[in-house]
Order: sequence, then C-alpha cells, then structure tokens
Amino acid sequence: MSEAITVLGAGVAGLAVAYELAARGAAPRLVDPAGDPGPHGCSWWAGGMLAPDCEGETAEEPVVRLGREALPWWRAAGAKVAQAGTLVVALGRDRGELDRFARRTGGHDWLDRDALAGLEPDLAERFSRALHFPNEAHLSPRDALAALRAGLAARGVAVDPEGEPAGTVIDCRGLAARDRLPDLRGVRGEMAVLRAPEVGIARPVRLLHPRHPLYIVPRGGGVFMLGATQIESDGRGPVTLRSTVELLNAAFALHPAFAEAEVLELGADARPAFPDNLPRIVRQDDRIHVNGLYRHGFLLAPALARRVADLVLEGRPSEVVQ
Amino acid sequence: MTAFYGTEIASPLMLGTAQYPSPRVLSEAFRRSGAGVATVSIRREASGGAGSGFWNVVRELGLPVLPNTAGCHSVREAVTTAHMARELFGTPWIKLEVIGHADTLQPDPFGLVEAARILVEEDFCVFPYTTEDGIVAGRLLEAGCEVLMPWGAPIGTGLGLNNPYGLRTLRAQFPDVPMVIDAGLGLPSQAARAMEMGFDAVLLNTAVAKAGDPAAMAEGFARALEAGRLARAADPMEPRDMAAPSTPVLGLAVLE
Repeated sequence: MSEAITVLGAGVAGLAVAYELAARGAAPRLVDPAGDPGPHGCSWWAGGMLAPDCEGETAEEPVVRLGREALPWWRAAGAKVAQAGTLVVALGRDRGELDRFARRTGGHDWLDRDALAGLEPDLAERFSRALHFPNEAHLSPRDALAALRAGLAARGVAVDPEGEPAGTVIDCRGLAARDRLPDLRGVRGEMAVLRAPEVGIARPVRLLHPRHPLYIVPRGGGVFMLGATQIESDGRGPVTLRSTVELLNAAFALHPAFAEAEVLELGADARPAFPDNLPRIVRQDDRIHVNGLYRHGFLLAPALARRVADLVLEGRPSEVVQ
Repeated sequence: MTAFYGTEIASPLMLGTAQYPSPRVLSEAFRRSGAGVATVSIRREASGGAGSGFWNVVRELGLPVLPNTAGCHSVREAVTTAHMARELFGTPWIKLEVIGHADTLQPDPFGLVEAARILVEEDFCVFPYTTEDGIVAGRLLEAGCEVLMPWGAPIGTGLGLNNPYGLRTLRAQFPDVPMVIDAGLGLPSQAARAMEMGFDAVLLNTAVAKAGDPAAMAEGFARALEAGRLARAADPMEPRDMAAPSTPVLGLAVLE
C-alpha cells in the first residue's frame, strides 16, 4: 500500500476508519476542520450502548449482525467496554410493550423479580418483570473516541484541521456530506447527563413507553447518560424544554432517586441517516463515503471501518458497499 | 369517492407518517396501501426548517398532505402551527388538534371551536379532531368547518370504535358532512366497521407504524376499508333475531 489515503471527519466513523487503516499498516491522514472530536459532532452526544439485540426491535437485520462486531473491535482498539448486558423494563400500564419488544428481538431471557433483584436490586422494587440481554455491552463514547485518538497517535496519525484531501478520500463527514449525498437526512436526538450517587444501576436500562421511551447508560461514579429523543428534524439547536421534561420525567419514573440528581449536561444534535436507516459505503467519483450510521454510531463504526478497509486496501467489496 | 374541501381523494385511507422504523418502510406502507392522504405532524419536527430531509420524504409520496397540529395544547399554539404548516407544505389543509389533557390526549372542544373559527377566517380548510359529541360538531360546522373528524378512541390506544352508538348518532345527525374516523383504530376490522357505518374515510398512524410489518398492516387496512365501503354501498340486510333458512324448506313441516 503506497497510495495516500485521506479520511475526512473525526467523528466516531472517521476515527474508527482511520484507526482500522492504521492498524492494518496503512498511513492515513485524518482531516477535520473542527479538529479533535468535541461538542460540534453528534458522536460526542451518543449513548455508547453496544446493544445489537435490542436495536433489532426496529432496526433491520444488518444492524443486528454488523453490530455484533462492535464489542471485540472496541476492546482491541483499547476502549474500556463493560459487558454487563442490558435490561428492558416497562411500567404497569405499558406491560404489553415488553411482550412486543420480546417478540421482535432475540438474545434475551425473562427475569422475574427475584432474578432482577440479583442484577439490579434498586429496580426490583419497582419492576416485577424484565427482559435481560446478557450479551450486550456499553462504553463511554468520549473515552472511546479518546482511545482511538491515542491509538492513532501511537501510529503517528493526528487530526489535521487544515489538510487538503489527497489520494484515496474516505468521506466520513456525517450530515455535512449532504452536499454530495442528497438522500441523507438528519434525525435529531436529545440527551441529558445526570449525577445521581443514590441511584445504583450498573448496566444500561431501557424503559419502554409508547410516547417517551428512555434509556439510561451508567458512566460510572454515579453519573448517568439519559437518552434520547428521535425527532425527524435536521435541527441542531439546543435541547427543548419539552424534551428535557420528558426525558427527566421518564428517568424519575424509572427510579425516584433521580429526583435529587444534578443535571450536568443537556445536549442535542442531528444524526445522519439514509432512507432505510441503514449505513452505507458509497463509491462516488473521487471519494468513498462511509455514512448513515444513524443512532448506531458506536455500534456500527467498527463493522463499517473493517469493510471500508477491505475495500480500500484489498479491493474487496461487501454487502454495505454501493 | 368523497371530496374534502373540493378535493377528491383516491382512497379513504389517510395515513400518518410518524413512528415508522425508517422512511423506506414508511414509503413502502404508503405504496402498498395506496393511501389517499399523508398526514404529517410538524410541531416538533419543524426545527430543521423547510429543507429538512424528512419533508422531502413526505413530499415524494406524491399525495395530498394533511399537516396536523398534534401536540398543541392551546388555541394560540395550534394557530401558529397551522401557519407554519401552510408555509412548509403550501396547503390550506390543516388537521386541527387542540389537546385538552396530556394523558388522555382528549380534544379540548372549547379551544377547538375557537381555533377553528380563527383558521377558517384565515382561509384554512380545517379538519377538526373532535369527539362524537353532536353539539360540538354543530359548533364546528357553524365555525365554517366542512369536514368532521370524530375519534374512534383516544390517540394511540388501538381500541377501535369506542362508542358506536355516539358515532352512529353523529353520522345520522349530519348526513351530508364528510366525516373521517380519526384516531384509536388498531385493526382493519375496526376500519371496515367505520365504513359500514357510513363514515367517509379513516385516519390512522400507530396501528400501521408500530406493527411488526407496517406495509402489510397498511395493505390490510386498505382492503378492509374497501370491504366496508362496498358493504355500505350494497345496502346490507337488516339483522333479525330469528333464523331464516336460505335453502328451501319444501317438504318439511311448517311450524305454527
């Protein structure tokens, strides 16, 4: 491999692609005018659940299958991944939602109150039944991005804010690539970060609700990420009051001790998605796009990074390549 | 086919565009069902402006668009949202929702009549989401609405036609007003029943979008609507409480 490769965009997709290329011995350049990852990109606001089985509720089959590659890839890349599984619960009136969720997903088992108490004693007081997805995992997105940057730095690759694209260009700019991918759209997501030392939840929990579904991801040290709204909008403005109230209310319904939590952060951004909400590698004129990771950035970036590396380094196509 | 504000629609299925697993599934549901109208909520989605990718998905369906004021809890909010909708989609049509209670999503009939009056004066074609109450219906018609949209059941419940007596009475009370059963349907059989009762169309979203296979469910609804429409047009038999054999009884003893 002697040809130059430029990766555009230092969000989770761009970093994962650059990392995969570097790990296979290539020397990519990583260009992002905004510099290192930060609040300007939607990866910053992600939940970091590696939950392919749960996502199968609404996502199509490739998400579930490709998502299974995430856990070992992130570990190999030096990110700290906790494999503690996922719990899915529903409040009294919405119990039917839990059965529907179970019908549409795989890789789970049912827990009664005693079994739930064994995993999450705090939740067993409020829920008599839960779905457990033991194979799922979670990570802290900002730490994982930092791990990729460190891994790249060790191989001599840093984010270059001013570089010009040269050689093979792999465009991982997310929604900004709409100038070249007109069927890309934004799906707005809003989240909150709380510090609630009294809440003892050790693994991601999803609370099903027909109007205000919620997930909670523990970040350690009593800090929890709450997500996320799903609004068909390209709007990247601050979180609305309505969404904040809904998210926080749902958290309170899950565990009353959230009432005393400190709100550390509220965040919002728009995630890039294609019309089928599936990710794609698109060959186009002078570049290759890796885009449409939608709400699955950290879940799918590893599989996409591998496949684009297969394509660029070995000329090997795959199902996600167009 | 019934006309709404002078526009004939190709199918009595008015289908919502929210909550689908993806825009592709949404488009497939519309294609397979041949839905006649696409309804779209703009309250929260509008923050991306007119260029938002999702609006393009809706426009590409190539159907009359009925924007709604879902999620509005006051007259003012609903009127503002209607203005935004007219700007975004260039249509005077507006499905007017003024929600009276956050949990039941029950319409607020007082706010509804007031908002309808304001919007009709501004040349909107108002489709009011209301209950089966005949007095409220009369006030909406007085305000200038030419279509009524009584609920089947509360939004998103899938309970079907909760009050068939009330709906039948409303239909009989205003026989010439186009009426759409809006909200609460969960199964195609309920939609067929609405058509058999003489309603002109149904509007639904959750029943299709949240089905495991939205496109198949949408087609199921379309076929049920056609069945109900045919049945209504065919002048169905009256029910009777005594069996009436359909085969000849010649040679059998006649019971006194």
